[in-house]
Amino acid sequence: MSRQSILEAIRKNKPETIAAPAPYSSVKSDTDTITAFRTSVERAGGTVQQLSSRNEIAAAVQQHYPQASIVADFVHHPSNSHQNLLHDAASIEVTVLEGQLGVAENGAIFLHESDCVNRALPFITHNLVLVLDKSKLVHDMHDAYATIDTMKEGFGVFIAGPSKTADIEQSLVIGAHGAKSLLVLLA
Amino acid sequence: MSFTHTSHPKAAAEFVQNTNRMNWHDEALWFIRTKRDRIAQTVPDWELLRQQASEIKAHTLSKLDTYLQQFEENAIANGVTVHWAADAAEHNAIVLKLLQKVGATKIVKSKSMLTEECHLNPFLEKQGIEVVDTDLGERIVQLRNEPPSHIVLPAIHIKKEEVGQLFHEHLGTKKGSADPQYLTNAAREHLRQKFLAADAAITGVNFAVAETGGFVVCTNEGNADLGAHLAKLHIACMGIEKVIPQTKDLGVFLRLLARSATGQAITTYSSHFVKPAPGAEMHIVIVDNGRSTQLGREDFRNSLKCIRCGACMNTCPVYRRSGGHSYHNAVAGPIGAILAPNIDMKEYADLPFASTLCGSCTDVCPVKIDIHNQLYKWRQVLTREGHAPAAKKAGMKMMASVLASPKKFSFSGKMARRMLRWFPKLAVNGTLNPWGRQRELPKVPDQSFREWYKQHKKETK
Amino acid sequence: MRVALFVPCYVDQFYPNVAIATMQLLQNLGVDVDFPEQQTCCGQPMANGGFEDYTAGCNKNFIRSFTGYDYVVSPSGSCVLHVKDHLHDASNEAAATTVRTRVYELCEFLTDVLKVKQLDVSFRGRVALHQGCHGQRGLQLGSSSERMLPFFSKPMQLLQMVKDIEMVPLLRGDECCGFGGTFCVTEEAVSAAMGNSKISDYMQHNAQVLTGTDMSCLMHQEGLIRRQRLPIRVLHIAEILCGNS
Repeated sequence: MSRQSILEAIRKNKPETIAAPAPYSSVKSDTDTITAFRTSVERAGGTVQQLSSRNEIAAAVQQHYPQASIVADFVHHPSNSHQNLLHDAASIEVTVLEGQLGVAENGAIFLHESDCVNRALPFITHNLVLVLDKSKLVHDMHDAYATIDTMKEGFGVFIAGPSKTADIEQSLVIGAHGAKSLLVLLA
Repeated sequence: MSFTHTSHPKAAAEFVQNTNRMNWHDEALWFIRTKRDRIAQTVPDWELLRQQASEIKAHTLSKLDTYLQQFEENAIANGVTVHWAADAAEHNAIVLKLLQKVGATKIVKSKSMLTEECHLNPFLEKQGIEVVDTDLGERIVQLRNEPPSHIVLPAIHIKKEEVGQLFHEHLGTKKGSADPQYLTNAAREHLRQKFLAADAAITGVNFAVAETGGFVVCTNEGNADLGAHLAKLHIACMGIEKVIPQTKDLGVFLRLLARSATGQAITTYSSHFVKPAPGAEMHIVIVDNGRSTQLGREDFRNSLKCIRCGACMNTCPVYRRSGGHSYHNAVAGPIGAILAPNIDMKEYADLPFASTLCGSCTDVCPVKIDIHNQLYKWRQVLTREGHAPAAKKAGMKMMASVLASPKKFSFSGKMARRMLRWFPKLAVNGTLNPWGRQRELPKVPDQSFREWYKQHKKETK
Repeated sequence: MRVALFVPCYVDQFYPNVAIATMQLLQNLGVDVDFPEQQTCCGQPMANGGFEDYTAGCNKNFIRSFTGYDYVVSPSGSCVLHVKDHLHDASNEAAATTVRTRVYELCEFLTDVLKVKQLDVSFRGRVALHQGCHGQRGLQLGSSSERMLPFFSKPMQLLQMVKDIEMVPLLRGDECCGFGGTFCVTEEAVSAAMGNSKISDYMQHNAQVLTGTDMSCLMHQEGLIRRQRLPIRVLHIAEILCGNS
């Protein structure tokens, strides 16, 4: 293995130590986080709906995906009643998961591995619904990393909108390999 | 999937010949540059962010050995296996061995410029292993049996009608259909089968965090995640320069990366991989392949700050009009032109000259790499190392001697103007003079300024 | 204030009128200008071609020519940038440093040193401005569209003092024209394509005149314009600002 030789080459060739910069303090936008977050999610191709209570989750999902018959709701059903659906995850039409935190500047929502239920689930489901507590919105990515430990669990992910690609002539197509739509329910 | 030429000017001239296509390519990339401008304008502290990112990278490079070891130690503690590869051959051998150990024959790979640099695909294919590139753009170029032409937009040089024809042949889409939505759907169905059947997934690494041993992979399509989460074996390949000290540094880099790359606020997925999933294996291959040498080149070490956003390509007026393949290197454009000569000066001696030194790349770079200054410096190094053509060297020597002497300069200037007045067609239409192919020479004045000044200096005082 | 005029070699030989206009402009503004007659070239053609090692002779001659002046002013952002970045002399680095710090591009000399607030000249026509990249990004004669900083442009600031002038907006105001020194012949195809893009931007905006801070960029674009017989007149910014065009 070349570990030693690589490290030695680096030691030989690196410059004198350069101090790390002072921690970054960002300039915060004065738009309120809910409005900014909504705009960002929509720009990323997602939809935001504000709920007055968590009891409305199932109805909102039903309203947005009236045709869906395979719905794996891991928020509304706190018990693991939908675990059986994971055996054929690729056929799940709608998955409902809880987000840990939302970022106003870009619409990204963070999920720990435990929030994903299964690592592949937020990606393989055809449509994704993320429930997020309004109080969990922060301004920007600096705040996000200051608020939660994104590397606390084995996996974690920021999700901003549905999967997308513009690899064919820069035409934006929503629904590449991951979820074809994203609905954010702000509770 | 390798390049068949080694001359930027020649390949560029061929690209330019198809004027419509060149203009289309130029507009497509300029569109992304303007999207980038629009979103950068919404970040009030954009220039401070760039500065912060640049300084974090400078600091990291100055303690690269320490941070790599810290990263390794933490990754191992997380249950990840870490490998080190000195060069492309060792990298490929490590990957092959890992695949063979579990008997993997079907591999899905998300975008990794490092594996392009190492020519991993052809190497694995020779061993009878199927490698499917899962990024849509990469899948398109893979089916066409050609390399990506852009690090972020691998198929930016291909028209939708050509994708339609390609997918008709390989995926059985309707003949003549070129609708991006329809074609993307077809690729989604095709690649979902590949994801579900894959034995192993290979991904790149955008950022490796020393303090946790975790790493971040950014995609819009979700292909890295589908691959890595569905397969039992995940191999992540990274260059030594991908490490950053702390998790909170990601706040700086993730704000810059997608905005610079595509004009998005963030990529759809920014996935933080820390530990293998239960029952799965995770491996990281840390690759040098010339990077530690570049670290030792004082004038060029800053090129290792690169976060592979591709903004310098989108902004480069030469790249937009010559296409990524004209750079005959895995990484094209301005950043490719300062990275490539480090690996092979002779092979890439043309690249630092494929620039007007306009400096747009430097101003757009999110980590403030002084790209155009490095292009200038590479020119000097290449010349000193003997990679300049002999005729150019002789011409330059002659020019230098004339320009250093006021007498010779005045005399040659007079002669040149006289020659041009007497034989204008010689200079303009002669095939030997590339200036005149599409341009007139300036009208030749009777007097130089210095001649005029001699006559008039008394009256001008 | 002792001011020397630094005339780029190709301007001296092919565009004497630009040098004359520069001299007259400075004189109109009350500046006493010298033209050190032993000056030749800044050495940029060799250096950008990768032959920096051949520029020692040019550097020495440049330092000899311009030592002793308070300001060295030139109608070229590119040559000035080269001097600022690369003028050295191993045997007399102190003299080189003095010259490096005293060299100014014409527009910045007008706006920053002379602090010109008005010009008593007029010019009729729709004018497109091409700020050479070395002046714009290198010397920061103007903000660049890549950087998120407030807009400014020293050449534009001066042109707006000219009566009757109509400046036309451009789609890609600070895109490089493709001259690039030896690039214009070694990469002739791309160079001409870049120039043609600029020209179509001017044509789309009905510009009648193209002006700029660097005659080299203008020489390249003028070459294309004349070959295609397009109705665009090319003038260096000094020719407009001095009021004699």
